[in-house]
Amino acid sequence: MTDTALLTQSLHQLLSERPYVRDFFAALNLTPPDDEISLGAFLDGIPAAHLEEFALDHAILTSQCIDFITQMEAFQSRETSTVREVTIKAGVDKSGSKEQQDLILRSGEVVCVVGPTGSGKSRLLADIECLAQGDTPSKRQILLDGQVPDENRRLSGEQQLVAQLSQNMNFVMDLTVREFITMHAESRLISDVAQRVEQIFTTAVDLAGEPFTLDTPVTALSGGQSRALMIADVACLSASPIVLIDEIENAGVDRRRALDLLVKEEKIVLMATHDPLLALSGDRRLVIRNGGIAAIIETSDEERQGLGQLTALDKKLSRLRDQVRHGERIIFDLQQLAE
Amino acid sequence: MKLITVAGPPSCGKTSIILRAIEPLIAAGLKVGVVKFDCLTSDDYLRYEQAGIEVKTGLAGGLCPDHFFIANIEQAVQWGQREEFDLLISESAGLCNRCSPHIKDVMAVCVIDHLSGVHTPRKIGPMLKSADVVVLTKGDIVSQAEREVFAFRVRQVNPKAAVLPVNGLTGQGTLLLQRHFQSAAAVTTLNDMRLRFTMPAALCSYCLGETRIGPDCQIGNIKTMDFS
Repeated sequence: MTDTALLTQSLHQLLSERPYVRDFFAALNLTPPDDEISLGAFLDGIPAAHLEEFALDHAILTSQCIDFITQMEAFQSRETSTVREVTIKAGVDKSGSKEQQDLILRSGEVVCVVGPTGSGKSRLLADIECLAQGDTPSKRQILLDGQVPDENRRLSGEQQLVAQLSQNMNFVMDLTVREFITMHAESRLISDVAQRVEQIFTTAVDLAGEPFTLDTPVTALSGGQSRALMIADVACLSASPIVLIDEIENAGVDRRRALDLLVKEEKIVLMATHDPLLALSGDRRLVIRNGGIAAIIETSDEERQGLGQLTALDKKLSRLRDQVRHGERIIFDLQQLAE
Repeated sequence: MKLITVAGPPSCGKTSIILRAIEPLIAAGLKVGVVKFDCLTSDDYLRYEQAGIEVKTGLAGGLCPDHFFIANIEQAVQWGQREEFDLLISESAGLCNRCSPHIKDVMAVCVIDHLSGVHTPRKIGPMLKSADVVVLTKGDIVSQAEREVFAFRVRQVNPKAAVLPVNGLTGQGTLLLQRHFQSAAAVTTLNDMRLRFTMPAALCSYCLGETRIGPDCQIGNIKTMDFS
């Protein structure tokens, strides 16, 4: 849309098509009227004294306003472009030995990252996050859909590739679940906010197993509930194609379903875990040693078959957990549990 | 010598991200100096000294911190030239959220932390609005959704800036910040250059030390609220 077309558009139409314009004016302590007056006329009508407070004049304000709308449009269109494939070209480990092979991560895939603390898991993830181009200590290079990413976009920090779900994360906002998700949905400039809020809420309750409501303050959610909400929110609202998870806790979240949900939303899931059940849920395991990817283990058929047994065992354990939760006495036979 | 102004609210992590970003540059052979502008006290110079970085501290005391900054920054540049720094970083806390130390054609970095809340970007004013690079810290302690909302709100206030999440403890994310530092423009003097934003207007009787309250004691540049 041309600048002139924007300026002659009525505020009513502008605000209905681009609700975010309200925020631009709110930051200047202005409330644009929702009527037929054109954007240009509204801008011209703002008293010069009001603008002086913000060290603005009409010309600067007009150009800033147009600039804001253009940038938000660009932001919106970027949101729709997704990355299907991330290539990690082999770099070197801490001793300078070359990693064995390049690695391609595809959307809808779960890849586990294994290795003791300090082995270099964070370095790998940091490389992906900053789209390393041979310029980090590991010398790895990251390609998006087989292409070298645009350097300007890289430096602008626009390409937020990785959404992170770690153990020690908190909500610091004092909001209800509804307000919280709505705020996130609005910041993604999506059109069907109410519908999306409902979807995330039902998914989160489903994952948590313990009910809460849309009016529950996020700070009052239990550990499992907040974790479930974060997972559902990342799956359905985050623009980042890669989700990084620090081991999903046992408590309160259906871990298997959480993974299925993320994969269904075409995310690439990278999960640091030592839990055999979760490790076998992945398609591959990256073994990190001395700062480098030392091996890539494909989940074998035999392991997959073993997964059935592990799942059965996990079910039994979670039944025991439920018994504890509900204040029941636990009656069990270890022999039976292991079968 | 390249000059960079780094500004942000108190305790948002300015010193940490500066340290994390310049350590690799120093390791690569660059000579880096820091000028820390503070109000009443500052012991940040100790952290810089520990890292082997030359640092000068300026305390504004009873003066407006940004007036103090502008009265001293040119001297700081001359100090940096004498010391033959490749890079000089000025660190200051924008306390009143009305002013900003950012100078036209000098790289401007604003640091804010995620814990300050999602409404903060709008409240920070010119220090954020006129920055070239906005660094977001302490993201590791809040949820992904909050990080995304925060980054979006920053973009709303300053759509042109690069928005970089940086962890001041681990240094994660500093690579891109270093890139920006390296691309900063060189200066030899700031004389005749301009601030990106005006300073808060001053010159009322209270600026000059008046402490009594009452209409007779208010002389000069006065603005009153409407309580009708």
